[in-house]
Amino acid sequence: MDNIAGQNQGGRLAVNITVVILVLLWLLPTIGLFVSSFRDRDQISNSGWWQAPFSVDLNFRARVAADGAREEGGVFILEGNVFDDPALAANFPDGDGVVAAYGTRAVAPDEFPAGQVSELRSGGTVVVEPDGRYRVESPEDIVRGPTLYFEARTAPKFTLANYRTVLFADGMDRAFINTLTVTIPATIIPILIAAFAAYALAWMDFPGRGLLIAAVVGLLVVPLQLALVPLLKLHTDIGIGQSFFGIWLAHTGFGLPLAVYLLRNYMVGLPRDIIESAKVDGATDFQIFVRIILPLSFPALASFAIFQFLWTWNDLLVAKVFLPSGAESQVMTVKIADDLLGSRGGDWGILATAAFVSIAVPLLVFFTMQRYLVRGLLAGSVK
Amino acid sequence: MSPVLQGILTIIIGVGGCVGYFYASNMILDKVIFPARGPHAGRNINRANKVRPWLFLFPAIFALGLYLVYPVVGSFYRSLFDRSGMNFIGLGNYFDLMNEGTFRTAVFNNMLWVLFVPAMATFLGLLVAQLTDRLSWGNIAKSLIFMPMAISFVGASLIWKFVYSANPDIGIINSLRDFVGLSPVDPVQVPFWNNFFLMFILVWIQTGFAMVILSAALRGIPEETIEAAIIDGANPFQVFFSIKVPQIMGTIVVVWTTITILVLKVFDIVYTMTGGNFGTHILPSYMMTYMFRDDGRATAVAFVIMILVLPVMVWNIRQARKEMR
Repeated sequence: MDNIAGQNQGGRLAVNITVVILVLLWLLPTIGLFVSSFRDRDQISNSGWWQAPFSVDLNFRARVAADGAREEGGVFILEGNVFDDPALAANFPDGDGVVAAYGTRAVAPDEFPAGQVSELRSGGTVVVEPDGRYRVESPEDIVRGPTLYFEARTAPKFTLANYRTVLFADGMDRAFINTLTVTIPATIIPILIAAFAAYALAWMDFPGRGLLIAAVVGLLVVPLQLALVPLLKLHTDIGIGQSFFGIWLAHTGFGLPLAVYLLRNYMVGLPRDIIESAKVDGATDFQIFVRIILPLSFPALASFAIFQFLWTWNDLLVAKVFLPSGAESQVMTVKIADDLLGSRGGDWGILATAAFVSIAVPLLVFFTMQRYLVRGLLAGSVK
Repeated sequence: MSPVLQGILTIIIGVGGCVGYFYASNMILDKVIFPARGPHAGRNINRANKVRPWLFLFPAIFALGLYLVYPVVGSFYRSLFDRSGMNFIGLGNYFDLMNEGTFRTAVFNNMLWVLFVPAMATFLGLLVAQLTDRLSWGNIAKSLIFMPMAISFVGASLIWKFVYSANPDIGIINSLRDFVGLSPVDPVQVPFWNNFFLMFILVWIQTGFAMVILSAALRGIPEETIEAAIIDGANPFQVFFSIKVPQIMGTIVVVWTTITILVLKVFDIVYTMTGGNFGTHILPSYMMTYMFRDDGRATAVAFVIMILVLPVMVWNIRQARKEMR
């Protein structure tokens, strides 16, 4: 179609630009989170993630030791360098930095620009130069050095500390294992049950088949919320209560309509002749199913498996209801939503990292298995 | 027993049990009950084949019936009782809910969600599908826009918490406001409009879904119709709106209804971003406030959700039956 009149270069450029803008818009939030998870905590709260590669102005406090004051012509002088304060050594490794502004009160750490002389409340003057040298002058003997606050440029600091905390110290590793434990059985078990049912609905003729198919389509729509209270009560009554076993059963039940729907749609498209000739050769339905249908349906099985995996991995509602609420049984989504957002609400570094740890596996599955996921979505949707 | 061990055991028992059940039941049917031998061989085979579909279907029907059909009835029944479950109060829970301001807000917000999110996601998905159709890097672009679908709603909420943060040093939106000199505002607390900020998160996620399906649909349009229109002198906009869109209208409706079903279920976003405060409650998140406290109310809210979803369910079923014929 490229050689048909109607395609012009300008139009193509506009399309390209629009798509680039849209893609950037879609990616930006995730990139922001990713960059933030590697940043130092103080730096996150002081500059946006888009300024991450640049230096950040942070506030520091230096204590000035009073010893070393000398007298010069009736005036007591105290000199030194703010960057020599041992408490600040970690932030200024070579003892050098650039002071942008300074102050003597905690509420105004950048009251005076570096190099400008200012008056001390207790009499006398102080000045802090851009390279950190300070000079305190006072008519009386200096007993206690003033506390100096200053704003200095710090180099961008990228760190893996957030990841270390989240993965090892915060209990996220437990939550990760829990999520895996919930997801894998919940993905595998529905497949077999659904495959048999789908084959019956696709290739066997019996009264009520149409009704059952319609019922499956209808059940796809039923909201999960409806099932929570009665099923939890049922589980508790029969002794399972809130447990991993209960959540596996729940996910199996909730995932079956989609599984049967997807698999049936696919199986209906399998070539009729193979099945017919197998029947002519005397194979029973069971043998046809195991030897022919199942291997041929592999793409559909893979599609559903990925769908179900992503769905159970990312699920919050079913996990909250059907699993015990103690810390040792939490899955990652519950841990983030209930635990981290509450206790570490202000620590953006930890939040960003936790979010990334929880979406890392789904993203991996997504990018490697995208083909199957797309195929599953398309099954039965394109008219 | 550790959960991991439990899991492995369950998988083995589950899969083994399934296979065992199917194999055994088929064998019993074919060898014991209706053996294909003897004077009645033909009749036996026929009878076996009549029974067999139900063998295949039984586990699925049992699971579906228990986990999805029984709750519809069970929930409604429970909602007719009070918190303790002992006293029958008829429609009392429903009347109480209707008098509750938060409930009415939740229903109103839900309507907003149902109207805005599917429309926006379908529209954006269609737009991207069309634009990326002939780009050389179209597949990469589509991949990137589809990516949010893999993320959990909780993860997506965290990502957007970063964007919406009231601190201009953290949130992009407030940083831009700061840049042009406006004071920072917390998007999540602005009355009425905060709902739209939350809705956009779901749009961000679902656009990829709409895009994938509509892209396949666009590819399925016969080229001749488009060529004929171009030869007749139609510009790209006319081609799009008069030729392409009408031909994929069926798919557009399917995408729209599928996203609508999802919108009515999702509570994670509201729960994580605001907990339902600032007037952002929707029915699923509102139900969670009663979840472990007052089962009667919780099931009543759940049933209201079911009623809202009913038209979509009926439509889907009718479409499916039409296809059968």
